[in-house]
Amino acid sequence: MSAVSPQGLAERPAPSEIGSDLGGRGRGGRTDQAFRLLALLAGLSILAILALIAFSTIQKGWPAFSKLGTDYFFGTQWKPRSGQFGILPLVYGTFVVAAIAVVFAIPVSLGIAMFMTEVVPRRFRFGAITIVDLLAAVPSVVFGLWGIRILAPKLDHIFGNGFFRFLGDIPIVGNLFGDSSGRGFMTAGIVVALMITPIITSVTREVFATVPRNDKEGALALGATRWEMIRGVVLPHSSGGITGAVMLGLGRALGETIAVALLIGANPQISANLLGTGETIPAQIARQLSEANGLFRSALIGLGFVLFIITIAVNVTARRLVVVMDRRLKGA
Amino acid sequence: MTGSEKLEEDDVPPETTTEDLLRLGDIASGSEQPPAAQPEAPVVFDVRDLSVFYGSFRAVRNVDFEIHQHQVTAFIGPSGCGKTTVLRSFNRMHDLTEGARVEGTLNYHGIDLYGADVNAVEVRRRIGMVFQKPNPFPKSIYDNVAYGPKLAGAKRSELDDIVQRSLEQAALWDEVKDRLKKSALGLSGGQQQRLCIARTVAVEPEVILMDEPCSALDPIATGRIEDLMDEIKAQYTIIIVTHNMQQAARVSDRCAFFTTEVNEQSDTRTGILVEFDATEKMFSNPSDERTENYVTGRFG
Repeated sequence: MSAVSPQGLAERPAPSEIGSDLGGRGRGGRTDQAFRLLALLAGLSILAILALIAFSTIQKGWPAFSKLGTDYFFGTQWKPRSGQFGILPLVYGTFVVAAIAVVFAIPVSLGIAMFMTEVVPRRFRFGAITIVDLLAAVPSVVFGLWGIRILAPKLDHIFGNGFFRFLGDIPIVGNLFGDSSGRGFMTAGIVVALMITPIITSVTREVFATVPRNDKEGALALGATRWEMIRGVVLPHSSGGITGAVMLGLGRALGETIAVALLIGANPQISANLLGTGETIPAQIARQLSEANGLFRSALIGLGFVLFIITIAVNVTARRLVVVMDRRLKGA
Repeated sequence: MTGSEKLEEDDVPPETTTEDLLRLGDIASGSEQPPAAQPEAPVVFDVRDLSVFYGSFRAVRNVDFEIHQHQVTAFIGPSGCGKTTVLRSFNRMHDLTEGARVEGTLNYHGIDLYGADVNAVEVRRRIGMVFQKPNPFPKSIYDNVAYGPKLAGAKRSELDDIVQRSLEQAALWDEVKDRLKKSALGLSGGQQQRLCIARTVAVEPEVILMDEPCSALDPIATGRIEDLMDEIKAQYTIIIVTHNMQQAARVSDRCAFFTTEVNEQSDTRTGILVEFDATEKMFSNPSDERTENYVTGRFG
């Protein structure tokens, strides 16, 4: 800093004038006001859009809700041709596929994120990130086609042999690994896992990057190896963020449509056989909506509303979990 | 610095193994010598012509000195003179910084710390570090102290004793004994720093490196840490980086003064060691004019 020049001193207003221009709206007042209004409108538009979606799906789904009542929400048979619209098989399929996807995606995503923040040399990091992000840019239908043409036949072969044959013979657990045609919950779940891996990875990677260097060095200075440091410092620090990332991935998995529609087998049933066929809400809507009318159409739009509520519930739960975990971490 | 014996030590070939380091650790922790502050105390670190680079930038050059056992050695000097950089080379913390590189000789009990066979994790188990900003883990007080011993394979039954002993050594036991299971983040800054010291002594290192451990603390907490250093130096060899010259004068037996040298061609600044001597001499009768200017407050 250079010293204050004598001229600079002379330019200062007399003490009596200081503060005389602090009142009024001044220059900043109007622009700040305009900005606030704009931001408020943007925020409100989200609520408006959500409300409109809820309104129109309820309205169009109402005939199904009112005519079928509990048969709709708690019915276990979805057989549109014989007029049975029980949505539970579809809700079940949606959750099973999403759960399989998340179970496969979590370890892979965490591994990639750790690799990118702790292992890859800086100059390769950008390339590694780009490659994972490219996975997110692959269109859903391409994943679906790859699943049908390449993955499903291979899985059919694998599920029908060796390890899975053996699993199928174990009591209780065996029910999960029954007959397979290569299409079904497991195939759809594995492909959806690939699709949600990039989002879980990139959120987790950003969370890992916020772990204070100071904390990491603290662990290493005590003689921790790199893995011990990750397990003892990075993971606990990131637990809230990882939960958020997984929930974000779960939200996507619940709503995934085209790839699942191609791979799930279009057979609405509540079956413990993870290798067997099923159906999910979005897949059923995509498959049938263009040809459905009357009560069937209403039931399908009602499904949209149910899915909407499920994803909102998942998101709210995720936020609460993140808050709770952060609080526990800080020990308040 | 004395001449002839050092030269002989330099001649020792640096062919050492991790087992050597392990053996040395045993010798070091087993030696229960009285805290002799005489110049003849055994040499722990022998530093010869040490330079640290970040990429092609040389942050510190040509550092030469010895660190003696059971003494407190202080690094002083203006900001950017490389004190911390040198300190961090003693426990291989630079390994974590991409592009950082150490040149010259840095021998720990005669073993080259940067030798090919030396495991940085083993080095850090023997040479602990306390950081500028208190950095307790977001865990309970107990788990913070038990963290290092658990990694080192301490049995569950031993942990209670280790935790108590370490907290007592860090003069924190009486304040926290009733809330060991509470989060360490609820402690005050000074308590957190003492917890970090407890966490460091819990793994029974031979050396403790302290990087401006009091710069985030108030004078009372600082006084506690300084008293603590005085108490534990009988068991440990301590190296402290400090901006506070009174602190260096109060706590240290020996003192290294660093300053910066401006390279006019590249407009970069490189840290250099100006003088290394007994603290008393450094503050009363330094042999270099730059040291005198610094310790009397005329520079820096």
